[in-house]
Parts: sequence; C-alpha cells; structure tokens
Amino acid sequence: MMRFLLLFSRQGKIRLQKWFLPLGEREKKKIIRDMTTMVLARKPRTCNFLHWKDLKIVYKRYASLYFCCGLEEEDNELLALEVLHRYVELLDKYFGNVCELDIIFNFEKAYFILDEFLMGGEVQETSKQSIAKSIEASDMLQETMEEYMSKPAF
Amino acid sequence: MPAVSKGDGMRGLAVFISDIRNCKSKEAEIKRINKELANIRSKFKGDKALDGYSKKKYVCKLLFIFLLGHDIDFGHMEAVNLLSSNKYTEKQIGYLFISVLVNSNSELIRLINNAIKNDLSSRNPTFMCLALHCIANVGSREMAEAFAGEIPRILVAGDTMDSVKQSAALCLLRLYRTSPDLVLMGEWTSRVVHLLNDQHMGVVTAAISLITCLSQKNPEEFKTCVSLAVSRLSRIVSSASTDLQDYTYYFVPAPWLSCKLLRLLQCYPPPEDGAVKGRLVECLETILNKAQEPPKSKKVQHSNAKNAILFEAIALIIHYDSEPNLLVRACNQLGQFLQHRETNLRYLALESMCTLASSEFSHEAVKTHIETVINALKTERDVSVRQRAADLLYAMCDRSNAKQIVAEMLSYLETADYSIREEMVLKVAILAEKYAVDYSWYVDTILNLIRIAGDYVSEEVWYRVIQIVINRDDVQGYAAKTVFEALQAPACHENMVKVGGYILGEFGNLIAGDPRSSPLVQFNLLHSKFHLCSVPTRALLLSAYIKFINLFPETKPTIQEVLRCDSQIRNSDVELQQRAVEYLKLSSIASTDVLATVLEEMPPFPERESSILAKLKKKKGPGAVSGNELEEGKREGGELNGAGERPGDSSAIGASNAVRLHIPTHSLNYDIIYPPPPLFQSTPSPSADLLGLRSAAPVSAAPPSAGSLLVDVFSEAGPAAPAAGANDDGFLRFVCKNNGVLFENQLLQIGVKSEYRQNLGRMYLFYGNKTSVQFVNFTTTLKPVDPLVEGGAQVQQVINIECLTVFSDAPLLNIKFRYGGALQNLTLKLPVAINKFFQPTEMSSHDFFQRWKQLSQPQQEAQKIFKANHAMDTEVLKAKLLGLGTALLEKVDPNPDNFVCAGVIQTKAQQVGCLLRLEPNAQAQVHTHFPVRALGLESRPLGVSSVTTLSLCVSVVHHSFICNKCL
Repeated sequence: MMRFLLLFSRQGKIRLQKWFLPLGEREKKKIIRDMTTMVLARKPRTCNFLHWKDLKIVYKRYASLYFCCGLEEEDNELLALEVLHRYVELLDKYFGNVCELDIIFNFEKAYFILDEFLMGGEVQETSKQSIAKSIEASDMLQETMEEYMSKPAF
Repeated sequence: MPAVSKGDGMRGLAVFISDIRNCKSKEAEIKRINKELANIRSKFKGDKALDGYSKKKYVCKLLFIFLLGHDIDFGHMEAVNLLSSNKYTEKQIGYLFISVLVNSNSELIRLINNAIKNDLSSRNPTFMCLALHCIANVGSREMAEAFAGEIPRILVAGDTMDSVKQSAALCLLRLYRTSPDLVLMGEWTSRVVHLLNDQHMGVVTAAISLITCLSQKNPEEFKTCVSLAVSRLSRIVSSASTDLQDYTYYFVPAPWLSCKLLRLLQCYPPPEDGAVKGRLVECLETILNKAQEPPKSKKVQHSNAKNAILFEAIALIIHYDSEPNLLVRACNQLGQFLQHRETNLRYLALESMCTLASSEFSHEAVKTHIETVINALKTERDVSVRQRAADLLYAMCDRSNAKQIVAEMLSYLETADYSIREEMVLKVAILAEKYAVDYSWYVDTILNLIRIAGDYVSEEVWYRVIQIVINRDDVQGYAAKTVFEALQAPACHENMVKVGGYILGEFGNLIAGDPRSSPLVQFNLLHSKFHLCSVPTRALLLSAYIKFINLFPETKPTIQEVLRCDSQIRNSDVELQQRAVEYLKLSSIASTDVLATVLEEMPPFPERESSILAKLKKKKGPGAVSGNELEEGKREGGELNGAGERPGDSSAIGASNAVRLHIPTHSLNYDIIYPPPPLFQSTPSPSADLLGLRSAAPVSAAPPSAGSLLVDVFSEAGPAAPAAGANDDGFLRFVCKNNGVLFENQLLQIGVKSEYRQNLGRMYLFYGNKTSVQFVNFTTTLKPVDPLVEGGAQVQQVINIECLTVFSDAPLLNIKFRYGGALQNLTLKLPVAINKFFQPTEMSSHDFFQRWKQLSQPQQEAQKIFKANHAMDTEVLKAKLLGLGTALLEKVDPNPDNFVCAGVIQTKAQQVGCLLRLEPNAQAQVHTHFPVRALGLESRPLGVSSVTTLSLCVSVVHHSFICNKCL
C-alpha cells in the first residue's frame, strides 16, 4: 500500500499531504523535510525511484510541482508512477489545464479528488470517467455560485 | 486576485489565501494568521448563530492554516456540527477537517461516530462514501470498534451501489490492517472472494486489495480465490478483443487490476489443478511475449503500465521458483532491461535480479550479467542506480567471482557517494571474509578498505580482522608485514594505527628478524603516529608498548623512557595516565616470567557470527536504536580484546553483556596480579586444611588459568567478572532439555527441573548438601531459603520466570554459604536460554518455503557454519532439534539430509517466528559442517530485537551441537 503522498513546489513548499497511516505531527514533519530535500536534490534525468528507510520512494515532477509517494516493499514502482500520472490527469480534467495555483486555492478539491481515486493507500477506482462523474455529481449538489458570491468576504 | 476556477468558490477563503501568499516574510504571515484566528474565534464564540456557509468557510480556513504547519486548537466542534448538515459541501468540508485533524478527544469521537452512523444508514450513496472515507482516513481503534461489524454487511449486501462497495472494501481493509482482531471472519468472507467475478472493474480493483490482505493472513480460508484470479487475469491478458473501455490505460488493458491479480497469486503456491496452472503459465508467457512486441504508443505511460505488469509477472515467477523455463526467460528479460535506455528500467532490473540471484535455478544465469552490472556501478550517473548495482553484485557474489567483485567494489569506494560508503565498506568486509580462500587476500582487502575509506570503517570491521588474524596463525606473519608497510605511509588513517598497534604488539616478533623492521624501527614507527591519535587509540598503543617490552626486552629502556615522560605519566586523561603508570610499574617490578605470563599471546577467539554482519543487519533495520547496547558493549570491551569475548571470560557467550563491560577500566591491580590472586573468594580455614579437605575447599569451577588472568588484566571487569557463570558446561547441557544436574562439586549438587509454557516458566532448584556437615548462612540471590542445610539434606526452591523481551545473557544465580567456617561463593548461570520460549509451529512444505523466501533480507536472516564435534546421527540430531522447542517438520525439505524446524519465540513484548534449517554436510563423516539458518518472521518490519533473537537462536543451536552432554 501507499503510505503517503506529498505534493510540493520546487521551493519545497508543501501543497498537499496525504497520510494513509496515522503518524504524529513530528514524524510527518520529518518525512516532509526528508522527502523535499532528497527529491529536490536529484539531478535531471535520474530515475524516479529512491530507497528511504524501509520504504520505496517514487516521485515525478509535473511543471512546478513534485508528486512524491512512499511505498511498501512489495509495491510496484512503475504502477505507482502511473498512479501519480492518473492523479494529475484527474486534476487536469477537473480544473482544465491544472496549475499549481489551482491546487493552492482549491486545496480542498484536490483532497476530494484524491479521495475518489485512492483510499487507505490503495487504488479505489482507475476509470477517469467514473471519478469525474462522482466529482461532478457532488458539485451539482451544492448551492449556486451567486448565492456564495453574495455572502460577505469575512 | 487569482480567479477562482471552479467549484463552490468560498470568496473569503480565496482572499485569505492570496493574503497569505502576498506576505513578504514569515513574520507577516504569522501576523496575518493570528489575525484570522482571532477573527474566527470571535465568530465561533459570538452570540449570533453562524449559518452553515460561514461555518464551512471558517473551518476550511482553519484547515488551510493547519496545513501550512500551524497548530490549531479549536474549531473541532464546529467541524463536527458540519457533519450533520444536509448540504453536501458542508458535510464534505466537515469530514475533510476531521480526517486531517483527528483528535483523540473521546467526547468528540463519540459525536463523530454518531454522525458517521447516520450517514452510513442514510442509503444516500454519496453520504455513505463520505462516511466510509472518514473511517478509512482516521482508522482509529475506536472507529474500528464501532464499525468493523457494519462495513462487511454493506460490502456484501445485494442492493449496495458499486461505488459504495468500492469504498467499503478499502475501508474494511484499512480497519483490518490496524485492528485485525476486530474484523471478524464470517459468512461474508466467501462472498467477498466472489467479488473477483464482479462485472464492474472498479469493484474488482478495490476488492482485490482487501482479498490479498485477507489471504496473506488466512490463506486456507481464501484459497478459492486462486482459480478465480487466474481466470480473471487470463480474460484480461489473453483476449485481445474485449474492450475494457475506460479501464484500458494507454492501450494497456486494466494494468492496475492485472498487477493486483498477479500480486494476489503471490500469496499462494503454484495452483495444483493442472488446468488452472496451464492457464496461468499461458498468461505469464503472453505477458513475457508482449514485452517483445513493438509498443502501441510512444508515450511513457504506455510502456510503464506494460512493464509494471511484466515486473509483477516476473515477481510471481520468482515466487513460484519452480518453472525453470519461465525463470530463464525472466532472467533474460531483466538482462535486456539492464541495458535499456530508460533509467527506471535499469534500476528495477537490478533490483529484481537481486531476488533472482538467491534462487538456485537462476543464480548462475544472473552471474552471466556480471560485466554489465560492474559497468553500471562504474558508469551510471544516478547514485540510486549505482547503489542497486552494488546490491546486486553483493547478491551474486560467490566463491567463483568474489575476487573480481570485491576488487570492483573497492575501486568504486574511492569515488562512492558519502551516503552509501559505510554500507559498501561493510559489504566488502563481509564478502572478503565469507569468500576468502587465502587469508592474506582477506588481510590485504581489509587494509585497503581502511586505506581507501578509513572514516567509514566501523569498529566492527577492524575488530573482525584482528579476530581473524589471531585465530589463524598462518596469516599472522603476513599481517604483521603488511600492516607494517601500510604504516609507512606519511598519512595513514587512525584505524590503520589501531590495527597496526594491535597486530605488531601481538606478532611484531614475526617480522623482527628483518633489520628493516627491527623492534626499535617498529616501535618508532608506531610512536610516530601516537601524537596524532585520539585517546582510545593512544591507550591501545600504550598496551602495544608494554607488549613490546615483553616481546623485545631490548626495547625496554626506550619504552620506559616514553612511559616515564610527563606527557604520559601526568596525562590529564585518567585512562592514559593510569596505563602509563601501571605499565611502567609492571615493566620495572615484574620478573620476565611474570611479564610473559601476563602478556601472553592472545588466545583464539571463539568462532561465531561475524560482528560485521550483525552491523549490516542493524543498519538495514528500520529502528537502529535499541541495538546500541550491543554495540556499546563491544566498543568498551573491544579496544584491547577484540569484541569483548575471550575464551577465559566464560560469561560472555552470545551478545556481550553491556552492563558488565561498562565498568570503567581499572586495568591493573597489583594485589591481584602479583602474586596471582584467588579468583574466587573462598578462604579455606587452616582447620579445614588439617582435616584433609583442602581439595574440596575452593568451590570455583575454573582454575585460574593464564587465560583468565589475562582477562583480569586487560579486559575491564576486574575481579568480579570470572565469577560469572562457573557452570558453562552445565548450562549448555540444558539447551535441549529441562531437567538435570546444573552443577556439582564435592560439596554441593544443584539439580533443576523446569517447565515452560509460552512466555512463562517455572523452575525447581534442588540444592543438595553432599557432605555430612551442615551449611550455614545459606543464601541465594533468587529468594530467601532456609539458611541451614543439614548434611545430606536437600532444599528446594521454586521460581517463576517470565520472558519480557528478547534477552541474550542468562540470569545469574549467586549462592553463598559457610562450610566448616569457610565462605563459599558461587555464581551460576540459570539454564534459561531464549529457545525455552519457543512454541512449536507446524506448517506444510509449501508454507515453510514461501515464508523462508519472503524472509530473505539480511536483517531477517542469520546463519552459522560450524564443525560438528561428533559423528552425525540422525536420531540424535532429531532429538536435539526437538529439544530446542521448535517443531521438527518432517518431509518438508526436498533434501532428505536437511532438517527444518519452525517455532515462535514468545516474549511478553513480542512474538518472533523463527524458521530454522539445518543443512548437514555429510560429505565426510569426519569433517562435518552444519550451516544453520534461522529466520524471523512476524513483526514486520523486523526490529532490532528480532535480529538479536536470530543471532541468539543460531548461537543457541550452535552450542547445543558442540556440546556432547546435551543429551
């Protein structure tokens, strides 16, 4: 199973963190620190896999964002790369040409989409259409845009 | 302000986020956050009831602040309120907050659980999925207690929507992983297996993760899944026609499901049903064939997905380890990948080949790629690929290619990345030792290692070279000569000085004949390094000097001069000062004979597992904390006497006793040394002598030999140490049995009866007075007993034993009494070794070897090769193995000569399963070798304590076999 998934910028700013096993805050911070320093230090055109403690780390850079996940010993690295890619595709489909800013300003959406795709560190649904459909369905359930915009900003 | 692209756009949130992004400094950010927190707090506390939207917005802001890395200590209640909102987005934000910031506040958990319960029973699939996600995200025990019964029902209910089934399956998996005891197997399990046949690919994909995990734990109960998995796989892989629609990923049909199916099959042995097996082999062949076909797309996603399946198929082939044809094809395929232009594939091929190298069928095939792998080590630009290449070289090394591989690794070390040097050094050291044919090669290799990467050579490595040199007299002269030459270098590493000091101190005489390395030249060479060294090294050199005085009397004036100078004898470091003072005194007052006795050549070390191997295992293990004891014990004890284990020092069997070795050094005490001291405090009274009982008086078991005297001088413990465990012989006798005589001399006999169940034991000790005179003041350290033991009488003591955690040293029992006025003092090891807490485990041949193979990492394995002291008798061996407490598995090993056993060591802290394989080498009845491998399973990842257990098991087994009195 996947143990965690992190999205961070080239400056090491964390944009999304998902932990599939409960960890203490200090431990999380340590992992984030280790991952960002390790992955950001990698030279271009190196492979996408690393070993870290007893985990396999798989990462890939998409534009300004690094997608990085920790896997257990028996997990398949290549497939994990495609998990990352499929997540990017899902974000792209939802936001339309997704960029880092979309994820910053709509972080909750990024979490919701991830929840539709992965659960407990395992792939729940791989079909892009099914996932897009359930995200859309939930968007349909909400109140109209205007209703929100009329509310005060603070 | 950046546009809010889509969704429900909480404007206040967007404004806040862009404010934060515009902050120029960390301080400004914190200021802005504090302002926002104050605002939210006042809103939450305000009199006006907040509407759902505001609540949602503020909770979302809090979440954002938390994810920035700030602490949040309020807002939980508001989030819980959102859970019961009937507006989807509010509920959704509430659940997200709870998932990210779960609080162990029990009051809150109760409320959350309530909300979840409502949503689960709402029959609204969207709400049900949200609730299931929340359970999976939090996954706490409380949640498992509340919902572990409900979720299986949702999973298998006929009217559950597909999307809910998917969530329910993975949610259940999550709970099962953290609280397996709470997920009860039942009628639902058989229906779960049939989800493999579900029409909805998404349901199968989700359910198979659950089935795989359940099968690993309960293989019997789920074994019907094998044939279902094979037919599902075959439908995906073989039929080109079926359109899997959106489950086709870049022209690869259902890669996730295929990989998971192949992973599930790895929980089982090859299918027994011929048809099923044929179908599966066909699938595997198809997958291998497809690798040779031209790609259907140039996109990397296509090749990744395709190769993901290929690697998973290869993993299954390696797991079965029974189809030579497929194994060879797999090996060839990996060989192709070794030269692939994709770095990722080269990396994975190297990694995969490591496992192939350990299979008997493919070891030779893997070896044919040695040049490619060496080339990878030299030329790969990516350090993680080079590291895999080094791992593979280590895995494929055997006697035939050891010299080449070690040479390559050594030359790589010169430029290796700092992060992997220490591990490389350990590996080189292990290979050099394991495959050394002539020990001069071994010595050269290790000295080279110190020369090239001295900083990364840990204590264990140089202890080990010294142990080996001391134990093999054919290499001692060569070692002295080589180290002497190495020390000529103007700048040499301190570790080289340590090895040099030790070896020249012991064997400098072997090269002293050559005028170029005359005693004084040797001494001057060593002493030229002295001032650049750290205190421990200087201390070692001082000991080398006193040995020089013994070896070469002509150096005495020069060395005494050195010892006498102020910088030594008044050194501010206590240890150095003490050594200087004591050695100076010793050299001036002791006669040549005494000096020769005190400084006699070191006796050979007992053969045992390499301390380096233990170090590598520890390094690999996830938690290297609790192993410190062992390491420190060695550091303390090792500086003068290798790894702290001396033949004379009978107490240090197995791992060294950290506590005892931590006693600070008092290396010389004249009262003890000269005249030779009574090692045991038995003070025979004159009257006893007159009665002719003199021979009976000292209760000590071991006479104070030169060896143990040496320990007194140079090991740390002082007079107390040799007293420990005067009954090694008796102790060994109890490794394989529970009842018998623990100790006996002219005065006293101690019998033992014991029984063990799980981690508990009870021991009856019988103290028999063999004389006709009473013992007075009879005390033991265990429990009060009657202080008077009449002549010929026996007293009994019952003790209860509980094994709390893995231990290495047997508890000591101290007995004191007066016999005829003389105080008798006796310390014995209680016959409790770790194997007493074995619970036998029966398993089938397949299970055994599947587990055996799974446990192939270095930290899960320990082995030892030793010579049998006695002729091998199958029945005797069997009896011994049964006596160990493990289950002796008959007809499990394909080689009828081998013995395999399985058992679980029960301690209060943990259970460590061990698999044991004894491989008698029956080539000659005279020279018999017994490699023993023990493997631990269970607690994965294996902690250090398990590693210790393994080494302990091996050492216990070893002892039981070298002791002829065990039966």
